[in-house]
Amino acid sequence: MSETTIQTVIAAVKILVIFNVLLGLFSLMTWVERRVLAFMQFRLGPNRTGPFGILQPVADGIKLFFKEEFIPPGADKWLFIAAPAVSVITAFLAIAVVPYGGSVTLPQASWLGPFAGREVSLQIVDLEVGVLYIFAITALGVYGIVMAGWASNNKYTLIGGLRSSAQMFSYELSLGLSWVGIIMLAGSFRIQDIVAAQDGGFWRWNAFIQFPAFLIYVVASTAEVNRTPFDLAEAETELVAGFHTEYASMKFALLQMAEYVNMITVSALGTNLFLGGWNAPFPGVPDTGLAGVAWFGVKVLSVLFFFIWLRGTLPRFRYDQLMHFGWKVLVPAAAVWILITAGALAFQGPRPAAAAVGAL
Amino acid sequence: MDFAALLFYAFGALALGSAIVVISQRNPIYSAFALIVTLCSLSAIYGLLGSPFIAVLQIVVYAGAIMVLFLFVLMLLNVKREGRDPGDGRTLKGVALALAVLLALQIGTVLMRARLGPARPLDASTEKMARDLFSLPYLYVFEATSVLILAALVGAVALARKDS
Repeated sequence: MSETTIQTVIAAVKILVIFNVLLGLFSLMTWVERRVLAFMQFRLGPNRTGPFGILQPVADGIKLFFKEEFIPPGADKWLFIAAPAVSVITAFLAIAVVPYGGSVTLPQASWLGPFAGREVSLQIVDLEVGVLYIFAITALGVYGIVMAGWASNNKYTLIGGLRSSAQMFSYELSLGLSWVGIIMLAGSFRIQDIVAAQDGGFWRWNAFIQFPAFLIYVVASTAEVNRTPFDLAEAETELVAGFHTEYASMKFALLQMAEYVNMITVSALGTNLFLGGWNAPFPGVPDTGLAGVAWFGVKVLSVLFFFIWLRGTLPRFRYDQLMHFGWKVLVPAAAVWILITAGALAFQGPRPAAAAVGAL
Repeated sequence: MDFAALLFYAFGALALGSAIVVISQRNPIYSAFALIVTLCSLSAIYGLLGSPFIAVLQIVVYAGAIMVLFLFVLMLLNVKREGRDPGDGRTLKGVALALAVLLALQIGTVLMRARLGPARPLDASTEKMARDLFSLPYLYVFEATSVLILAALVGAVALARKDS
C-alpha cells in the first residue's frame, strides 16, 4: 500500500469512529438529559424501557421512524427538506478539527499489516486555522434554522427562526472575542498548540488564566447552541415550538440531532480551549495516548452535565434582555479583556504574561 | 487527473452553477441561498489553493455574516417573488447586452495576457499574512480600510437612531 492510501484509510477510520461516537453520545444524551432533569425536579423520568430506561432513545427512534412524513401544504418543499440536512451537516462538520487526545502508537502486531507501529494523531484534521474554521462552520449553522423557520410558511416558525438567528449572530461575536486572548497567549489558531500551551497542571488551564474569557465563553456558547436560558427560539409559551413546529418524524429527529451534536461540539471545544484538553489536572498523572482520551472524555461529559444542570436551574431570558446582555455587556467585557491580555503580552512577553494575567 | 484537480473542477462547477441560479431565480430567497453556495464553493477553492486562512475568512465574513443580513431583510419583508421587469424591457435588455459585451472584452483581454497554468504553491500561512498586512507596503492601506469601516459603522448607528 502506498503512503497516501494508508493515510486515507487512517482518516476514514477516524471519521467513522467519531461519527458513530457522536451518534451514540447524542442518543445517550437525550436519555441522560431527561433522567437528570427529572431527578432535579423530583420526578423519575423515562425508566420503563430496559434497565433504568436506557433503551428509551431506541424506542424514541423507532417511534419517530414510523411517524408520518408531513410537509405542510403552504411550505416551500425544497427548503423544507434541505433545512434539517443543512443543520446536521454543519453540526457534524465542526467536530472535524476538534482533537480528542494527543496521539496513540499502534502496536507492532502482524495483523495490522502496514499500520503496525504507526503514530496516529487523535484528530481528524489538524488545521492551521482550526479555531477560525469552527467559527466559520457555526456561522453556517444559522442557515439551517433560518431555512426551517422560513420554509414552514408559519408565522411562529418564522419568528422563531429570526429570533434564533439574531441571537446566534449576536452571541457569535462574543464567542469569537472570548477566544482571542487564548489565541494570543498560545500564539496560534491551531487547537493542538492551544492545548499544548495549557500543559502542566490545572492552574495552567485557560479557565483560570483567562477566567473572564471563560465566563464569556460559557454564556455565549450556551446561547450559540440555543440551550436554556437562551432557548427563545423554541419558547413554547410564545412560539409553540419555534422553528421546528412544523417538523415531524425523521426530519424532526435530524433537527434534534443537530442541536445535541452542536452541544457536544461546543463542550469538546470548550474542553480544548479552556479546560486543558486531554492534559491531566496534575503534572505526573499519565495523560498520553488513551489516558488522554479518558481525561478528555471525563471533561466533556462534565461540561455536558453542566449544560443539563443549567437547564434544570435557570428560567428563560426575555428577548430584549437577551439582546441587551449580548451587545451591551458581553461584547464590551470581551473587548476590555482582550485589551488587558494584549497589554500584558506586549509588556511582558508570552510566558510571564500568562502568570500576570492569571494573578489578576 | 489527481484528486485535488477533481475537487477543483467539482467546486468550480458548483460555484458557476449556483452563480447562474443567483441571477436566474425569480424568488429572491432562492437567490440568496444560491449565493451562499457560491461563496462556500469559492472558499473550498481557496482552501485547495493552499490558503485555509482566506478560505475560512470567506465563509466567516461573506457566507456567515453578510448573507445572514440579506436573508433577514428578505424574510422580514417576506418577498415571495419578484414581479415583472420594471420599466421598458427593451431598453434594459439593450443596456445589459452592451455591458455584458464590455465585460466579456475585459475578461478576454486579461485572459489573453495571462499565462495560464497550475497555481504555484504560495506561502499563505496565517503568520505570513499577518506580517504582510501589518508591515509597510500594505500597512497604511489596511489601517485606512479599518477607519473607513469604522466610519461606516458609526454612520449606520447614527442613521438607525430614532430620537434626536
